[in-house]
Amino acid sequence: MEKFEVLKSTVVPLTVQDVDTDQIIPARFLKATTRAGFGENLFRDWRYDQNGNPKADSVLNSNSYAGSILLAGENFGCGSSREHAAWALVDFGFKAVISSYFADIFKGNALNNGLLPVQVSPDFLEKLFEQVKFDSKTEFIVDLKNQFVSISGTTISEFFDINPYKKMCLLNGYDDIDFLLSKKAEIEAFEKQHIEF
Amino acid sequence: MGKTLFEKVWNRHVVSEVDGDQEILYIDRHFIHEVTSPQAFDGIRNRGVGLFRKERIVATADHNVPTKDQHLPIKDFLSKHQVDTLTKNCEEFDIELYGLGHPFQGIVHVIGPELGVTKPGMTIVCGDSHTSTHGAFGTIAFGIGTSQVEQVMATQCLLLQRPKTMRITIDGELQGGVFSKDLILFIISKLGTAGGTGHFVEYAGSAIQSLSMEARMTICNMSIEMGARGGMIAPDETTYEYIKGRDHAPKDDEWDKAIHFWRMLYSDEDAVFDAEYHFNAADIEPMITYGTNPGMGIGITQNIPTKENYENSASLEKSLKYMGLDEGETLLGKPIDNVFIGSCTNSRIEDLRIVAEFVKGKQKAANVMAIIVPGSKQVEAQARAEGIHDILEAAGFELRSPGCSACLGMNDDKIPKGEYCVSTSNRNFEGRQGPGARTMLVSPLSAAVIAVEGKIVDARNYLGYEVSA
Repeated sequence: MEKFEVLKSTVVPLTVQDVDTDQIIPARFLKATTRAGFGENLFRDWRYDQNGNPKADSVLNSNSYAGSILLAGENFGCGSSREHAAWALVDFGFKAVISSYFADIFKGNALNNGLLPVQVSPDFLEKLFEQVKFDSKTEFIVDLKNQFVSISGTTISEFFDINPYKKMCLLNGYDDIDFLLSKKAEIEAFEKQHIEF
Repeated sequence: MGKTLFEKVWNRHVVSEVDGDQEILYIDRHFIHEVTSPQAFDGIRNRGVGLFRKERIVATADHNVPTKDQHLPIKDFLSKHQVDTLTKNCEEFDIELYGLGHPFQGIVHVIGPELGVTKPGMTIVCGDSHTSTHGAFGTIAFGIGTSQVEQVMATQCLLLQRPKTMRITIDGELQGGVFSKDLILFIISKLGTAGGTGHFVEYAGSAIQSLSMEARMTICNMSIEMGARGGMIAPDETTYEYIKGRDHAPKDDEWDKAIHFWRMLYSDEDAVFDAEYHFNAADIEPMITYGTNPGMGIGITQNIPTKENYENSASLEKSLKYMGLDEGETLLGKPIDNVFIGSCTNSRIEDLRIVAEFVKGKQKAANVMAIIVPGSKQVEAQARAEGIHDILEAAGFELRSPGCSACLGMNDDKIPKGEYCVSTSNRNFEGRQGPGARTMLVSPLSAAVIAVEGKIVDARNYLGYEVSA
């Protein structure tokens, strides 16, 4: 996993709430047996019409917005547990998603793929959307070490919460399997006294 | 202070605590399927670690399988490759596979309980969000991503933050024509799609206790649709009766020991939950969704909300535009095009019996395409043995072979763009049943009645017969 430190980027604003993982990557594109290439079909049915032509009204096709941060409405990533959603976002080039609320499974999947879910207050999110609407070239700074997100060149800033262990993993590029594999003796000892019916 | 059912089960699976409030949780059973496992197998191969406890894994092919001509090679190249990859992986790692052609193949959340693999007090995971289904047995069961599938393959454990607890108590009696599907759609409509986020839910109360295991599974299945990590119900005599005699159920002395343990699985009277909700079953009518998430549901006699009385008017507007519906209108009388009866939510034998009992001697409406996809080969065989198959065919329903099918449209079972599908599945997201498909979630009885009438109706008005529950 790639290390995550400080990210400075323009953003893609997606104001929709309750974005489910079926929108992020529709089920019919889940047939691959590797992790690569899902970015092509990220938000497929919002980006393209049924003939495969780009839709002009999609923010992801807009010339005005680009960047490695997705700014999203509340309850992002609800629904299916498909990790393909996180893979698609990463493959497309996103490194962080900022929202006021994330669905649990998506949040875990994102963290396991070096994609930082940044949870901010609803008011702050609103402020961020307004700023981007005002100036699409606005740069955001996501500082994982100090746990804040800010708008470059302004005093607009907010602290965000992250589990300390997950923060350590992202800063160092570690993953959970490395950690769990190091606990094998403990797991085997547990199994000896674990009764199952 | 007493403990909740969740805490009792969770605590006995904690291997150790880790800094930063994470815990290492031991996983008793790991279900895998063809869509979310191949990258995990690659992962353990690349790391050279192998499977830690292969005997704790059960595999089936369900998401991507055709529901017609299952005996023939799969036509879609990518689907075939994915299913074949599962078979190869299971051979290489010596995993128990209920693949295509196996008499016990089926939707993972149908076959687990059916085979008696799912038992009270266990921890169960699967790379599928509807793993919460197994919670109906007093099990901590939840969906995980593929990286976590790999973690469990490599260590039989997950590193997790303990969820908060929530209890939803439903007392009173359900009205005739109202089923557990209506109950859970009602709850989700009240709590919203994020109302349960961060929580593990226990469903309790007399209305829950009176339900069959199949009906309880329907409830726990949809816990994820309100954002909850999982849902569970304390095991009781109904649970034990269901498990007894199944393939993987404990036998003889082991059975007595198991029952003794299972009887301790309940929330203590003085246990405290982080959140509590109470509802009355008698207040619930047949439910139907009008929008593009499962929280957008109404009682069948109610009107679609107006933008004025809906919390997020932009969200409502976007949903209704997609669905081709207007704010404030009734759904009653609206013609529909498709009926899908199936999915891990409602494809068990009890669901098929309810449908058959209603459609017996009737015909589906000419404007409706109606398909029924049983949850497993065992359900399919049982349906044939009981004559359900004949009843459904005579009524113009098409009975297919088991799989996830039109719930998510990974195979050929897609709903055409713009058409309405009244469905017993669990998600009405945009494009879920095919690009542009418009899904309305209902109970199996409502689906059956609507298929016959060809338009949306209140099932209670057609109850000139006895509905078994």
